[in-house]
Amino acid sequence: MEIDPFIFRLSIFVLSIFIGYYVVWSVTPSLHTPLMSITNAISSVIIVGAIIASLAGGNNSNFEISNIFGFFAILLASINIFGGFLVTQRMLQMYKKKKKK
Amino acid sequence: MSPNFAAFLYLTSGILFILALRGLSSPETSRQGNLFGILGMTIAIIVTFLTIGSFSKGFIYVVIFLLIGGMIGSIIAFKISMTAMPQLVAGFHSLVGLSAVLVAISAFLKPDVFNLGTVGNIKTASLIEMSLGASIGAITFSGSVIAFLKLQGIMSGSPIVFKGQHILNGLIGILIAASIVYLGMSQIPQLFWILILISFLVGFLLIIPIGGADMPVVISMLNSYSGWAAAGIGFTLENTALIITGALVGSSGAILSYIMCKGMNRSFFNVILGGFGATDDTDSINIEKRPVKSGNAEDAAFLMKNASSVIVVPGYGMAVAQAQHVLREMVDSLKKNGIKVSYAIHPVAGRMPGHMNVLLAEANVPYDEVFELDDINNDFANTDVAFVIGANDVTNPVAKTDPQSPIYGMPILDVEKCKSVLFVKRSLSPGYAGIDNELFYRDNTLMLFADAKKMTENIVKKLN
Repeated sequence: MEIDPFIFRLSIFVLSIFIGYYVVWSVTPSLHTPLMSITNAISSVIIVGAIIASLAGGNNSNFEISNIFGFFAILLASINIFGGFLVTQRMLQMYKKKKKK
Repeated sequence: MSPNFAAFLYLTSGILFILALRGLSSPETSRQGNLFGILGMTIAIIVTFLTIGSFSKGFIYVVIFLLIGGMIGSIIAFKISMTAMPQLVAGFHSLVGLSAVLVAISAFLKPDVFNLGTVGNIKTASLIEMSLGASIGAITFSGSVIAFLKLQGIMSGSPIVFKGQHILNGLIGILIAASIVYLGMSQIPQLFWILILISFLVGFLLIIPIGGADMPVVISMLNSYSGWAAAGIGFTLENTALIITGALVGSSGAILSYIMCKGMNRSFFNVILGGFGATDDTDSINIEKRPVKSGNAEDAAFLMKNASSVIVVPGYGMAVAQAQHVLREMVDSLKKNGIKVSYAIHPVAGRMPGHMNVLLAEANVPYDEVFELDDINNDFANTDVAFVIGANDVTNPVAKTDPQSPIYGMPILDVEKCKSVLFVKRSLSPGYAGIDNELFYRDNTLMLFADAKKMTENIVKKLN
């Protein structure tokens, strides 16, 4: 019997949780706020689904309700992507070491 | 682009996201980490476009919405002040949650586009995955909106509790689980909409009973939820990048919640069930009026000038007063006088994990002068002055001595061991936990009653 592809996705998911677990424990506590803003930004990779949803239906000239939902999701996710990465960058720029005398 | 090649590239962006988080293990590598994240996102978006292939009329709209969103996001990112970071993060979480809901709805309405079957006959596994994604997304959305309103001060930060709250939440939780299962079996479309509605409701109900100082836990928890929602959608879309990211974000938020709970010595459920600090009003009324020593900026300046070492303990009060810049000026003049100064940060100081660190970084405090609780706690005993600015409960020795106290067992910063303690505080009012801090009444404590920023400004004047 063949293995359901779902099992492979589940394996990726479970392994990624473990990776996440170890990687996040190694994040220094002083960077916990940037950690939150960057995880926020990367979770907006959900835009992938939004793009597919918005372009569903091929070349029809009329948009359907599912497309409209997709467009709206793109808008929200892209606010997050740009806002999240840029604000993370802004924060990280501020972390400086003591100047050597 | 062939689906196999696309899947490989999605994996690549997943790996880049892992490297992005990995970069945060030290401030030096963190900026590079952020660039990895941006690269991963760019790859994921381009691959999606190439996989769809047909650049129909809709494509222009996609780009337009992307650019509008991008512009709004960029403006927010540049304009936002660092003290507003907790509400910004809460606001961003709500957007992730809502877009997860929207994508799930879209997939529910047009399952054929996503290869999930046809309307009314969606593959059971996919239907359950998208319901989970939509439900968690909806909880994330409404919960984050409430968190945002509380942090922004639009809604009162005090817990809102009513009778039967937990039972109601429990029932809704069971209802959600039941409707996901039944939806998977029956495919009744109305159930999907009901599910989303009650999920919005439970997100709202979950967060209203949680008070201001518990926000670090709540924000971390919502962070985690937004990840699980993304993972749910990732399973629906069979997209590796989303599955990996969802798992990373989900576990990241969970770990942060755990660290925050440990910082308060409270269990996760205790925080989530909420109402902390609202229950023991009776105790705080009966606080006896005991004499305290209060001083002015000159006394404080004198004390610190004659010290050889000072530890600064910042708290939420510093953030509210925006006192971080002037605090750094004060430390600079102390250092000019040859005094050794370091900063001590409690894990739950402020309103989100790492809140104080960001504010100090903003004020150009080098990060190697800032220490976490475990790294600095032994130093208080050999330190002359502790300068506590806007912190209270995290210094309260009652956490060690009184098993009856609501904060008993919470790890605290041992400022009591310093030769003298300076408290910058607006009044003698108890902290968030609603309990008196006996440190205020000790002989070696000097209370500086004022706004944190004004007091520090005055101290700087006296020091120079």
